[in-house]
Amino acid sequence: MDLKEKLLSSFLVFENQVDIDTYVHDVRNDAIKIFEEKGFPTKKEEAWKYTSLNKILKEDYSVFPQQENAIEYKDIKKYFIHDIDTYKIVFIDGKYSSHLSQTTHDGMDVCLMSAALSKPKYRILIENYFNKAATKDSLSSLNTAFSSEGAYIHIPKNKMVEKPIQIVHFSTGNESATMLQPRNLIVVDENSHVQIIERHQSLNNNPVLTNSVTEVFTNKRAIVDYYKIQNDSSNASLIDNTFIKQRKESVASVHTFAFGGKLTRNNLNFFQEGERIDSILKGVTIIGEKQHVDHNTLVHHIEPNCESHQDYKGIFADSSTGVFNGKVIVEKEAQKTNAFQANNNILVSDKATINTKPQLEIFADDVKCSHGCTIGQLDESAMFYMRSRGIPEKEAKALLMYAFSNNVLSSVKIPEMKQRITKIIANKLGVDIGFDL
Amino acid sequence: MLKIDNLHASVEDKSILQGINLEVKAGEVHAIMGPNGSGKSTLASVIAGKEEYEVTKGNIEFNGEDIDELAAEERAHKGVFLSFQYPVEIPGVSVTNFMKTAINETRKAQGLEDMPAKDMLKLIREKSELLEIDRKFLSRSLNEGFSGGEKKRNEIFQMAMLEPKLAILDETDSGLDIDALRIVANGVNKLKSKDNAVVVITHYQRLLDYIVPDFVHVLYNGKIVKSGTKELAHELEEKGYDWIKEEVNA
Repeated sequence: MDLKEKLLSSFLVFENQVDIDTYVHDVRNDAIKIFEEKGFPTKKEEAWKYTSLNKILKEDYSVFPQQENAIEYKDIKKYFIHDIDTYKIVFIDGKYSSHLSQTTHDGMDVCLMSAALSKPKYRILIENYFNKAATKDSLSSLNTAFSSEGAYIHIPKNKMVEKPIQIVHFSTGNESATMLQPRNLIVVDENSHVQIIERHQSLNNNPVLTNSVTEVFTNKRAIVDYYKIQNDSSNASLIDNTFIKQRKESVASVHTFAFGGKLTRNNLNFFQEGERIDSILKGVTIIGEKQHVDHNTLVHHIEPNCESHQDYKGIFADSSTGVFNGKVIVEKEAQKTNAFQANNNILVSDKATINTKPQLEIFADDVKCSHGCTIGQLDESAMFYMRSRGIPEKEAKALLMYAFSNNVLSSVKIPEMKQRITKIIANKLGVDIGFDL
Repeated sequence: MLKIDNLHASVEDKSILQGINLEVKAGEVHAIMGPNGSGKSTLASVIAGKEEYEVTKGNIEFNGEDIDELAAEERAHKGVFLSFQYPVEIPGVSVTNFMKTAINETRKAQGLEDMPAKDMLKLIREKSELLEIDRKFLSRSLNEGFSGGEKKRNEIFQMAMLEPKLAILDETDSGLDIDALRIVANGVNKLKSKDNAVVVITHYQRLLDYIVPDFVHVLYNGKIVKSGTKELAHELEEKGYDWIKEEVNA
């Protein structure tokens, strides 16, 4: 039985367990039909031309991991930003871990999707927001059909959330292969501000496939800073589907730090539904071996006077492959749009590959849109310059790579987070540089 | 200190240096002059260890040790410094962080601990004052958007920080106005001692009024064709290089 069939038959079992008389039940049923019809995407589709799921779909994934696994905080502390106080919503093999989490209902909700989906007091919000940003593509639909657990965050208006919120999904690898489908819903009301850090982490080397959907609603003048840390083990694959709907004068930024796993696909979508909106998409990708990272972004400019800023840096070593496909749509009504896109890449090895493709569809006539991509090698003259000052080859390379990523790193607003990323990069490059950029 | 014997070097199979002999002793200042394309910068790069250049014959000895096979950073650790004709811009790395890394990597190679932050700051302050460098300048990205003069002054600042045994100044005077030239030369002179040596590569006599050489060599077609004292530099300034070319070609 292939994975698609397995999922379809599992759905029948799954859906019988849940309340069938709800809005969400109907949404799930519609979604499974879409997945059944479309199936997993293949390279024949334009958006998947450079990323093949074939290999990772061959594993015999357990779709509903059985037992809940206890993990001690000290063993996984390193996967958290632990030197500052944060809210935490933690899952182990898809199940909520109360002892690792720190949630709140004090003036806002930082809690669980399963609670939000089942308790009557959340019903109106769920009906207003759940699956209202996600598109009807096959993988998001698959997630929707199985959506039952994840983070649920609702920040009411005029609230500045002081502590960042960490959403961490662990997989223990207790099953020989695990498929996870977390579903996050984040609603930030008028004038509020929140910072969110998301991480997926497997704790051993058994294959894991995560097909995640996150919906973010940034209402009027709200600010959302979202950070994604992707630094998973070599058999863990992630398909991250993130949909951000913005209302007028809101600012949403997503930083994606893609340091690999086996295969990572980021489908990052921004929809601007209002004037004077700012959308910021930034990323640093540093991978090696046979890792594959694909950034597939969409910014949909629907109304006038909005901006979007995309800046993705990639460093590819060994036989790794990268993809950047940045789509910007500017509707006819969206006059005075400023849309910028940059994708710069360094290939460190002859066997590494990057496919980069800007895709601009502009229907308005009074806009400023720019895009630029570069692919190069480390600057040899800079290398000699640094080495002639006594900086060894490896450290000089690392310094150049830091410098290359610095534009993106410098816009991270949580200092501890920036330090952590700097350390991960240093570890990845096998150097110990005695300062933070 | 530096002993170059019958050095031949080429880049991409093009032979550039064709038998250089040069000895520089501690405490000496040597000037290397010569027309464009004679191989001056190549000689500087080969001594500093640029990998694109292949040494095909001869050798370079530094303090009694063959250094031809050493990597650029290893030569730097032993005390070789090259002030670049065209310093490279490195966006995203500040002057201060670059210097900290260079100094601590050099110390590491010498088996020393990192320099304490306090000492580092003191050293940076001292040396930036010597070169009349504004403190704000030190937090800027290395060479990025620097004027020609700022780049050269920054090179000598790095030299002052690293205190090399042998400093090779590759056309440090080009792009400098007279005030900057004076500051740079003053910096070099203050750093000079009986234990170190300086090789000045230049087209013009001008810099040599400030950094006075003990010996002047003329490089032409990849060979040192004439050596003398500082009077030779004056003669070249007056008469140009044509008479040298004629002598050689005769």
